[in-house]
Amino acid sequence: MSYLSDLQPGESAYISSVKKSGLCTRLYDLGFVSNTVVECVAKASFGGPSAYLIRGAVIAIRQEDAGLVFVQRIPSLSKGGKK
Amino acid sequence: MKKTKSKSQNIQKKYITALLGNPNVGKTTLFNKLTRSNAHTGNWTGKTVECATALREKDNILFIDLPGTYSLCTRSPEEKVAIDYIKKGEADAIVVVCDAMCLEKCLPLALQALELCSNIIVCVNLIDEAKSRGIIVDTKKLSQILGVPVVATNAKSGFGLDTLCCEIKNINKDAHLSEPIFKYPEKIEAKLLENKNNGISRYDNIDIILKELEKQASTDSKSEDLYAEIIASRINAANQIALETVSKTLKKNNKSNYYNKDRKIDKILTHKIWSVPIMLLMLTFILYMTVIGANYPSVMLNEFLLYVQGGIYELLSFMPTWLLDMLVYGVIGTLFRVISVMLPPMAIFFAFFTFMEEYGILGRIAFNLDGIFCKCKACGKQALTMCMGLGCNAAGVIGCRIIDSPRERLIAIITNNFMVCNGRFPILITMAIILTSGGTILGAAAVTFSVIVGILATFFVSFILSITVLKGAPSSFTLELPPYRRVSITKVFKKAFVDRTLHVLSRAVIFAAPAGLVIWILANYPSSDASLLSYVTGLLDPFGNFFGVDGVVISAFILG
Repeated sequence: MSYLSDLQPGESAYISSVKKSGLCTRLYDLGFVSNTVVECVAKASFGGPSAYLIRGAVIAIRQEDAGLVFVQRIPSLSKGGKK
Repeated sequence: MKKTKSKSQNIQKKYITALLGNPNVGKTTLFNKLTRSNAHTGNWTGKTVECATALREKDNILFIDLPGTYSLCTRSPEEKVAIDYIKKGEADAIVVVCDAMCLEKCLPLALQALELCSNIIVCVNLIDEAKSRGIIVDTKKLSQILGVPVVATNAKSGFGLDTLCCEIKNINKDAHLSEPIFKYPEKIEAKLLENKNNGISRYDNIDIILKELEKQASTDSKSEDLYAEIIASRINAANQIALETVSKTLKKNNKSNYYNKDRKIDKILTHKIWSVPIMLLMLTFILYMTVIGANYPSVMLNEFLLYVQGGIYELLSFMPTWLLDMLVYGVIGTLFRVISVMLPPMAIFFAFFTFMEEYGILGRIAFNLDGIFCKCKACGKQALTMCMGLGCNAAGVIGCRIIDSPRERLIAIITNNFMVCNGRFPILITMAIILTSGGTILGAAAVTFSVIVGILATFFVSFILSITVLKGAPSSFTLELPPYRRVSITKVFKKAFVDRTLHVLSRAVIFAAPAGLVIWILANYPSSDASLLSYVTGLLDPFGNFFGVDGVVISAFILG
């Protein structure tokens, strides 16, 4: 079990749950619900946000917000259309 | 900015239709094509902040372009606009616009809308683009599953728009809500069954249930969990429907290739270390092109307009000399000067800017800079308004509406002034060239430097403001990075020249004409040797010069 913010670019994970907070409804709406595959795409400089590929869209959220999402890492996902 | 065509009430029935959909699926493009208006579109999320309305005269349908929303529950202001409008029940039809390339992402919203009203039409947009990537959507089957009409369209080419309008006219506003398409978790379904006959929609029922549960368990995490379950079941249903209706034929890897290509570009543009130098290089390049590109047309235009001015002078020579001088040298002279100074650089700059916007680079800039903005306790979306401010401060300030938190919005509006607006470029460029003795590259670098100083000032002032007057923590930040989209040259041309340049220029001209008059009077009275203006400029030299011409432009922007 780790946080979404721990993922490095290229790493994928299943979302386990989202911690309750003001932002979590927003995250749900964006598709951050349990059992969804998420891939970290990029991390911005200056401790900025990270971008995650989720349900076919790339969503950028801040590190501390990504820390609200618990994930289960998928070991070394190679290329190919993973849904 | 938004065009509202207020046509006189026709005898014929007018159909009111709202366009609903996720952000960045092309609602506004569709809207423009349908109504032949030119609301501002762009490849980034949250472009449309308030509703635009326009009439499609051919079919007498009034279209309303709602801001993009991911669901009908979120409480963010621009999404609330969309929800409130739909709940009002004013619309005869609601078109849920979906992106054919990722239908599963758009369907939850459609499913939710179906629980709220019956007069839904699902529009699967970007169908051509999807097809070229090997994604085929079975609209017939989708229509069967959802129980509402489904129309495939391509907003860019206009494909399917007539069919869409046909469906809009055929829709029955008072039809009963369709049977639920999917099931919620048992706990919710049981409650729904209890309330089944209270005469309100499934959507409202769920809202009530959620509120009840929230009240019951206001402290623990139970209600939120249920909310998550509700959304999860909706998303699962959407996935299921997408599986049944979307076939990714022939080249499955084509799709992943497409994403891989995007990722490759992203790897460069959002690189941890290189993204900032790359952005600066792009900025320098654009400014360099603007400097050298604008030089010659500007001179030519100036000469041409001087010639025209002479012609007008001749033509009006029957007037008394003082009036003639005032009109021709004061009003028309200033006007022409403003045009010849502003038009070429603006046209070039806006062309580049539009390209970046359409291609999807703007979102990446916001992504890259959010870290710094966050440290300054501001919002990364301020980077977007900052970029727009580079094109035109007025547009930048208007664009600040995309920022949710009022505190951060105010910061963005205040600091937008630090961005060197396009109208000021010519003066900056001239000064830069004089100061650096020639060299266009050096000139461009100098202008870039001044822009960077502006950006640093933005950061600094944002920070100072948020620790003094506008205290508060940075609010959350979610931004969708749009896919890179192919840019059509004609569209860039049209948008950059017609929509932006001429628009800004016409505003500038409106203010330049009277300002020219004032300046001329200032410069020529009481006598041309010892005029008011020369007195003032003498005091403020060299700033007077700078503001003398520039003030016209700036005031035009601010007042406009």
